[in-house]
Amino acid sequence: MQMAMYNDKVIAHFTNPHNVGELLDPDGEGTYGSPVCGDMMKISIRVENEVIVDAKFKTFGCGSAIASSSVATDMIIGKSIDEALEITNQDVLDELGGLPPIKTHCSVLADHAIRSAIYDYAKRSGRYYAGLEGFDPNADEDDQDHGCDMEEK
Amino acid sequence: MEKRNVYLDYSATTPVKDEVLEKMIPYFTQNFGNPSSLYTIGQESKQAIAEAREQVAALIGAEPREIFFTSSGTEADNWAVIEGAESRLKRGNHVISSKIEHHALLHSLEYLEKRGYSVTRLDVDGDGFVSPDALESAITDRTTLISVMYANNEIGTIQPIAEIAGIAKRHGILFHTDAVQALGNLRIDVRALGVDMLSVSAHKIYGPKGIGALYVRKGVLLPSHMHGGAQENKKRAGTENLAGIVGFGKAAELAMRDLDAHVERVGALRDYFVGRVREAIPDVRINGSLERRLPGNANITFEYIEGEALLLLLDLDGISVSTGSACSSASLTPSHVLTALGVPVEMIHGSLRFTIGDFTAKEDIDYTVESLVKNVEKLRSISSVSREKGWHANGDVQ
Repeated sequence: MQMAMYNDKVIAHFTNPHNVGELLDPDGEGTYGSPVCGDMMKISIRVENEVIVDAKFKTFGCGSAIASSSVATDMIIGKSIDEALEITNQDVLDELGGLPPIKTHCSVLADHAIRSAIYDYAKRSGRYYAGLEGFDPNADEDDQDHGCDMEEK
Repeated sequence: MEKRNVYLDYSATTPVKDEVLEKMIPYFTQNFGNPSSLYTIGQESKQAIAEAREQVAALIGAEPREIFFTSSGTEADNWAVIEGAESRLKRGNHVISSKIEHHALLHSLEYLEKRGYSVTRLDVDGDGFVSPDALESAITDRTTLISVMYANNEIGTIQPIAEIAGIAKRHGILFHTDAVQALGNLRIDVRALGVDMLSVSAHKIYGPKGIGALYVRKGVLLPSHMHGGAQENKKRAGTENLAGIVGFGKAAELAMRDLDAHVERVGALRDYFVGRVREAIPDVRINGSLERRLPGNANITFEYIEGEALLLLLDLDGISVSTGSACSSASLTPSHVLTALGVPVEMIHGSLRFTIGDFTAKEDIDYTVESLVKNVEKLRSISSVSREKGWHANGDVQ
């Protein structure tokens, strides 16, 4: 048995990730993480009538970061902005069927990147979403479980 | 490409060679006597251990009575450093080592610090070498022990041990080196090196796991750290790992016999591998000097991708390697060795260590290069960073 620390779904999304790429002229885009911390996800979204009709990602990161990115973009396509904003790290983790405890920080990346992209969309289109209340795209709440304390920013 | 199983992690551990295993087997079943027992099968075990001690001693140019078997290289390091320092506490409490030591050493030093010792950890240069001048400058009148590893486990760089040991000797300071990676890859002569203590392990030289040894030069004071019976000349109590010791002896004998051929063959394969990777894959960097380096070691950063992801894809192709990426470590911290070398953190995450050994074939290298080309390209096509964009997806630092 190979890659025993990951379940089949994680491996499938890692080896054949969905929605890889960057949208041309996206309606919103967001980036989260940094190569120094070991993973960085960039996501772009297309929105029509308040529904995310397409999403693409690019991720520098480990297997679970790539799998989380794949699953998270799958999850938001077809959802309204408000629905997408309700997606939590735990939802991404559950959709993946779980990650080893030490890897759970990788799903935080996807959740935050989605919010950043919607934040960008809201800013560009002048819309307000209650789900973005208090959200700061530049906050790095991820630091404490990231092994990134030596980072020079 | 047809799938193969390719093991390229010989610095982590090696398979036991057939001749070694054959030599060991009777010591589990027929020749199982306790070496401390007076009857015949006990004395036969004692004799087998004496023979193995000679074989291990010969591999490093020591006398058999200077070899003390331990459970591992880690135990040998702990014993040498902790008891070496503790037994000289009257003279001082300062220990000098380097930033690129194995955790067996680093955590022993931390233990000493908790007990009130002061520890100097020397920097290495960008090639991975400790400066003997810097080491000499760090010596104080409180320094009682210096420990610098012979060859590094991650990047394979070989330290100027004879020179460092000479400095220690001039200052009357006890000197230890962790030679776990060097053993079997370099012709080691403890007399010519002038070291006081040297740690080795069997499972890096095609011997079994669970058996190591500490060389302690005769005349050097090192108190026991395991208390009990009179084994190992009363220095290390505990019924001997008989089959393990016999296996270590056989592995040492083979390593001694085949050393030159091993170094030449493995070194040539490593150079071939590095050359092919550089030729086939853009944006790679070799970490650590390629001069004065273990023959089988290649530590390579593949820029713009993360090492654990690459390791997993290689694993799916049947290839076993290791990475310095934080994502692969239990502590989520990037390699301390590459950090000490000054490798940028984002490039540490993308580093893989390939270590080639006696069972590696040229076809294995070709297969690995093919897999690397495919999988590096794949991960780069997914990655949010690239040569064109640089290390930040939007050109801005988060």
